[in-house]
This record gives sequence, C-alpha cells and structure tokens, in this order.
Amino acid sequence: MTSATLPGTASPDVVHGRPSLLGDSITLTQRSLAHWRRNPGPLIASLGFNIVMVLMFAYLFGGALQVPGGGSYREFLMPGMFAMTMVFGISLTTLAVSADLDRGVTDRLRSMPVSPLAPLIGRAVADMLFAVVTLAVMLLAGLAVGWRAHGGVGDTLAAFGLILLLRFALVWVGIFLGLVMKGQEAVAGVQTLEFPLGFLSNAFVSPATMPGWLGAIAEWNPLSATVGAIRELFGNPGWGGDSWAVQHYPTMAVIWPIVLVVIFLPLSMSKYRSLSR
Amino acid sequence: MTAGNYAIVAEGLRKRYGDRYALDGFDLQVRPGSVCGLLGPNGAGKTTSVRILSTLLGFDEGRAEVAGFDVARQADQVRYRIGLVGQNAAVDEVLSGYQNLVIFGRLFHLGTKHARQRAGELLERFGLAEAGDKPVKAYSGGMRRRLDLAAGMILTPSVLFLDEPTTGLDPRSRNEVWVSVRELVRSGTTVLLTTQYLDEADQLADQISVIDTGKVIAEGTPDDLKARLGGDRIDLVVHDAADLAAASAQLRQVAGAEPEVDADRRFVSAQVGHRAAALTEVLRGLDAAGVAVEDVALRRPTLDEVFLHLTGRRPQTVEEAEAAGKAKKGKGKKGKGDEPNAGPARSENVEEVPA
Repeated sequence: MTSATLPGTASPDVVHGRPSLLGDSITLTQRSLAHWRRNPGPLIASLGFNIVMVLMFAYLFGGALQVPGGGSYREFLMPGMFAMTMVFGISLTTLAVSADLDRGVTDRLRSMPVSPLAPLIGRAVADMLFAVVTLAVMLLAGLAVGWRAHGGVGDTLAAFGLILLLRFALVWVGIFLGLVMKGQEAVAGVQTLEFPLGFLSNAFVSPATMPGWLGAIAEWNPLSATVGAIRELFGNPGWGGDSWAVQHYPTMAVIWPIVLVVIFLPLSMSKYRSLSR
Repeated sequence: MTAGNYAIVAEGLRKRYGDRYALDGFDLQVRPGSVCGLLGPNGAGKTTSVRILSTLLGFDEGRAEVAGFDVARQADQVRYRIGLVGQNAAVDEVLSGYQNLVIFGRLFHLGTKHARQRAGELLERFGLAEAGDKPVKAYSGGMRRRLDLAAGMILTPSVLFLDEPTTGLDPRSRNEVWVSVRELVRSGTTVLLTTQYLDEADQLADQISVIDTGKVIAEGTPDDLKARLGGDRIDLVVHDAADLAAASAQLRQVAGAEPEVDADRRFVSAQVGHRAAALTEVLRGLDAAGVAVEDVALRRPTLDEVFLHLTGRRPQTVEEAEAAGKAKKGKGKKGKGDEPNAGPARSENVEEVPA
C-alpha cells in the first residue's frame, strides 16, 4: 500500500494510503471472518441444520422413496442436499447485509473513503469461504451415510465447482435482497423464497410426477440444473425427462448462475450506489 | 468572505422527495474549530442536512463544501477529513471495540500496524482501554457512543458530524459524551451537532442554527438567540394562591405585557426591559400591595422559549424524543434519515419570527 498524505489533510500526523478495491475488500472479508470467529453460533446452527436434513432424508424418508433405476437412495439424495445447502446460504447473506444497513455500519463505510464495491465484494468472498466449509461438512456427512462419487477426479471436481458456482450466483441474489428488504422482514422474506426454490426442483421429487406447469418450472429451476448436472458428474442416479432443460442440465448448470450474476451483481451495485438518493 | 474561511459551507441546498422538500434552501456557514448546533423539531431536515454534508446523500440543488472540498464532486477528499457519529452506534456488535477500530483504521488506509496503534490510542483516550477486548454488545450505551466517537476520530477529522449523539442516553452517559466532544473541539475539530435537546446545544454550541421545514430560520450564538426574545424575564412564586391576581397585575404594569400565569405552581412570569430596575419596581409594588413572595428570579430566556418563539412548537422533551426514536426503530427504518416534512405542523398561536 502506498503511503501518501493528501493535500490539506487535517491531520498531518496521520499518514494514510489511498482507497484500493482489493485492499478494502480484503479488510472487509477479514471483518466477516473475525465476526464469525467471535460469534460462530449461527454458522454452527446452519451446519447442524444441514446435517439434520441429511439424516432426516436418509433415515426417515429414505425408506418410503423409490429411487429411479433402483439405485441407492442415499446416492440419489446427496447431490440434491449439496445444492440445497447452497440455497439455504442465501438467508445468511441477506441477514448480514441487512444488519449492517440497519445498524448504520453501511452508512459509516459510505462516509469513509472506502471503495464503494468493497463492502459487497467482502461479503461475497466471506460467504463463499463459508460455502466451501459447508460443502466440506456435507461431503463428510454424505460419505458417512454411504454416498460415493463414481466419476473421475476431474468430473468430481467439476461437480463441486458447479455447486460453488450456484452459491456464488445466490450470494448476489442474497446481497440484493438484503439491500432492498428491511430487518427481520428480510430474513423472513428470504426464507420463504428458499423453500419453494429448494423443493420445487428435481432435488427430492421427480418433476414428472408434478402437475404439468409445475413440473416445467421445476425442470427449469436453476437448482435442478445444478442437481441434474452433478448427478451425472458424480455418477449418481437421477430422474430422466424429455424437456430441453433436462437434456441439457450441465449446460444449464453453467448458464443459470451466469445469468443470475449478470442480473443481480449490477442490481446490487446500483442499489448500493442509490443509497445516496 | 470566501468559502475558504469556513469549515462547512452550504448554499441554497435543496433535497426533494417526491413533491416535498426535505431541505428547501438550506444555508449554513461554520467557522473552523467551532461547534455549530443544528436545532429543530423532528422532520425539520437536520438529519438530511448532515447526511448530505457527510457525502451519504445526494441533493437536487445548491452547493456544499466541507473542509474546503466540494461535497458532490470531491466526495473522497471530504471523506478523508470527516468523522460521522450517527444516531445509533455504527459498529459491529459482535467484534470487540479494539477490533472495530482496527478495521475502520485499515479502511482509512492507515496500514495494519498504524491502525492497531491508533486503535490503542483512541481506546485509551476515550476511557475504553479496559473494555477494549470485550465485544461491543457488552458495552453500556455511553461506552458504545464513545466507541462511535473514537471511530469517527481515527484520522483526527477536521470536521466531525454528530447526529443526535446523546439521544437515548442516560444523563451520566450524556455527560461523558459531552466531555469527549469538548475535548475534540479543543484539539481543533469543527463540530456540526444536531440535537433536539436545547440544553445540549446550550452546553456545547458556539453557534446555533434553528432549522424548520428544511431551512435555517434563525442563527446566532445561544445568547444572541435568547436576546432576540427581547430581554430577561422575572419569575415569581407567590406564597398564597389568592395573591396571584395581584402579582400578575403588578408584573403586567412593569412589563407592559400580559404575564404567563401557572396557578398550580402559584407562578407568574413576564419579560421585562431593564433588568435591575424592573426587579426593584416589581418587588416594591408587591411589598406595597402586601403580597408575600416565596421565590423570585431574574433570568435569561431559556432556549426552550427561544425555540417556541421561533417555530411555534415546543421542542421535544427527552422522554418524547426517546419514544419517537423507539417508534421509528419499530418501523424498521433503514438509514433514510428524516422523512420529508410532514407538512406545516405549526400550531395556531404562532408568533411571527421577527425580521
């Protein structure tokens, strides 16, 4: 960081550098990590919730569900769970963004010479780091209940890449929602969005068994694209289908997140800037 | 005089929300090293003006300079030179006071080493050294506000904005904050303070601007503003309620105007011209009329009376302000600042502001 006093600085004793998007983003990412170290409760609860979901589906509902092609239910289940946990991360993002706004932290940052994008990027990076931790825990949980990846190393890594790509897209959805919604309302609003997005998909039920229009929505759901694609990559059983979306899950698993980022990243940025209106 | 001689200049600022003006031709000039109190009822535009001057909010018309830089065109230059302490402590509740200050120091681009050093110094200076490693949520209200002040002081700003810095604080915490603010001013910082508490403005401000419906309707030193009411007042408390009428008549004769009477407190009060002469005359007259006086005071008008005179409204009491603050929070407001003025709420008994 270059040190430079700006002309006419009020305090010649304090030497400071210049705004830097990278530096400010790193500082704000570290702030979120420090926050979690001090207060790990919500993260532990989130990980616990995901593990409980796995156990519930594996041991409670598992027996009642018919697996396509007669494969292992747990093999079928885990790709859906991996992707679901990424969806459940949205409310963590929204809550954090909304809390900073409510408490005036965002205003303080905006009154400081901080790069205007840094608070959003810091949030996104921190949430991606937690997504990696979540995925690692889910991987262990999956292995523990008997799930296995049958593809090659490349396919397996690609599958995890797609899961994180989905999370990256959803981070920007979460940031945008946090900027436009208010307080507790934000969390409630986002949680009502997580469940339909999660369950109206191919994660647990075949879209073919749903009423026609609902099934179509489920097949075109971004979550279904990721789940369908990673089932193929892991070599786990999944539902077939005739629609274009179903035939092209891997393509859609890349296109959907890109579309979401292209929509929600600029929207978030412009919403953040328009806080000054 | 050129803008260069002032730490804060606002000229004809207008900020519109829909068809209402939250600021409607707001002018302000604050000399370096002084404390300017911005006083006004809720919705008058206090917070809006602070948010504009601290680069948080854009505006529709006018011009503003802070610390010699244009607020709209040189926002980053302004941001290196200001501190902002808003209505709620804008710090991370989970992190410690020290962690918060280090992060803010790094965001002012001090570098990690200097940011740590500065955080330590500021905690010391604001009496938070011992609590430095505790999470902020364990702090008392006064401690939080001091941490907030410390965070606003990281670069020793030339201009510090304090938006209702003691709202919701108990008297002791309020006093702690006042002591800190006076200290900052001694080190040369210019302060723009918004407040609904007249005693706070009286305590801290060198200059007061009274703002109503988005513009400054009166300005001057606290003494100037009090003098505008046209002199001192005599307050009397009579021993016997039966004497109230006689006391009131006597005071009316000397003051040449109808005195205020509060029968419950057996209290009569009026504004008088020549202070000592008037007092002597009133007391002599009461003595002659056989009225026993329990208490008598010759005093300057309070800022409350100035405020009532200028805006036609009583300022909020501490309790009312807190109740209003809580109601606002309940609505889940999000940094929007003042709502646009809720129309002219002037009561019927408004006196015209003297030209």
